[in-house]
Amino acid sequence: METSSKVIVIGGSWGGIQASVTILKGLPANYSIPIILVLHRLRNYDGNLQDVFKHKIALKAVEVEEKEMLLPGHVYLAPSNYHVLLENDHTFSLDDSELENYSRPSIDVTFTSVADVYAHNTVGVLLSGASKDGSSGLKHIFEKQGITIVQDPNEAEIETMPLAAIENVPGCTVMNLEQIQAFLLSLHDH
Amino acid sequence: MKLENEAHFEQDVEELIKEIHAQYGYDFSGYARASVYRRIKRFLGQKHLTSMDALRQALSTDSYFFEIFLQEVTVNVTEMFRDPSFFLSLRENVLPILSTYPFIKIWDAGCSSGEELFSLAILLKEEGLLDRTKIYATDINQRVLKQAKEGIFSAANMPAYTSAYYAAGGKQEFSSYYSSNYGSVKFDSSLVKNVIIYPHNLATDFSFNEFHLIVCRNVLIYFNRELQERVFKLFDESMVSLGYLALGKKETLAMSEISSNYNFVDKQNRIYRKIN
Repeated sequence: METSSKVIVIGGSWGGIQASVTILKGLPANYSIPIILVLHRLRNYDGNLQDVFKHKIALKAVEVEEKEMLLPGHVYLAPSNYHVLLENDHTFSLDDSELENYSRPSIDVTFTSVADVYAHNTVGVLLSGASKDGSSGLKHIFEKQGITIVQDPNEAEIETMPLAAIENVPGCTVMNLEQIQAFLLSLHDH
Repeated sequence: MKLENEAHFEQDVEELIKEIHAQYGYDFSGYARASVYRRIKRFLGQKHLTSMDALRQALSTDSYFFEIFLQEVTVNVTEMFRDPSFFLSLRENVLPILSTYPFIKIWDAGCSSGEELFSLAILLKEEGLLDRTKIYATDINQRVLKQAKEGIFSAANMPAYTSAYYAAGGKQEFSSYYSSNYGSVKFDSSLVKNVIIYPHNLATDFSFNEFHLIVCRNVLIYFNRELQERVFKLFDESMVSLGYLALGKKETLAMSEISSNYNFVDKQNRIYRKIN
């Protein structure tokens, strides 16, 4: 299978699961761009995030496995207690180094790594959360001329993360969940 | 697609990897690059180095600086009883079998600063096996090896380690294993009296003994497929028949040639047993 020329990377913390389900449930099973989803979770918690998504979205939700190739039609979930990095050949690497912003997985780590590989073909989406994780990664995507989207803080369950990102990346686009979904659908290559 | 400055950085890293191999003998060519790039950028920031040229210059002239670099670029983050379900499974599924042997040899490969080593030792003690077990604890990094046997850890981590210990089936007061002193704690040194600390580089060194249990968790994620395969073969050569291999939660034997020699004892916790 061909690897995609674009990638979407979504980050969220408190309120991020519900927000990402709301966006992703509108995307078709054959959606043409791979999606990486980094959600903060309790450490050492083995509960299966896949099950949360399984019956709610058409795309295939899988936990990231190291050396696995990024492919369309999938939502790749960052595993608990590992950072997710992307290699130049579009395979995943996992990393258990220091927490970033008190988090592992950290949204900043994945946003930054993905933007280093995909540059302007990166679409970064930052959702609700009670953390400042994600804003420096989003800035990195912006600097590489990727697309940067932040959930409208008025709509977000917790506005801390969106507000921090808007402050750090003034050039980002603020959208509500419905608009984010419509935008992602507009990128879909039929 | 990749920006030019990023491509230059990556070329510089390849040059650096060759220079380090030639000068110091450490071979990073088989390391997964995404993590190497990230660690090097982080190191540049920490040391206020403004270019890769400055880093290469410093590393080529200062072997002490290289030691610090080695410690930062190889990931040494670890914790006691990480993934408590793994230690519980070791206690329930592996140690009862090992207890039938008169003498037990364990290899803790990539032991880092010793948190996993002390976790293993506590488990063995509680199952009555510590006195007849020899643990070989190895790491690429000589600086962290010095810490590994001392068992001095930050007191701030003890609440988290204590709950992980109980989740791993701990049988004592956890605090009975250590004494506190200001911001740190020191674990009972009798736990590691049968431990042999040994510098060993999985990328270049060979088999040095045979073991009943090899524990190597969250080390292989930093290697590419070829280097992973080298290490799996090394482990296979270093394993007694019916020995056990424990990997990290996100590591697998599935892609390896040796996988047909092994069965899962506990799939969730990535514990394998050699069957032939």
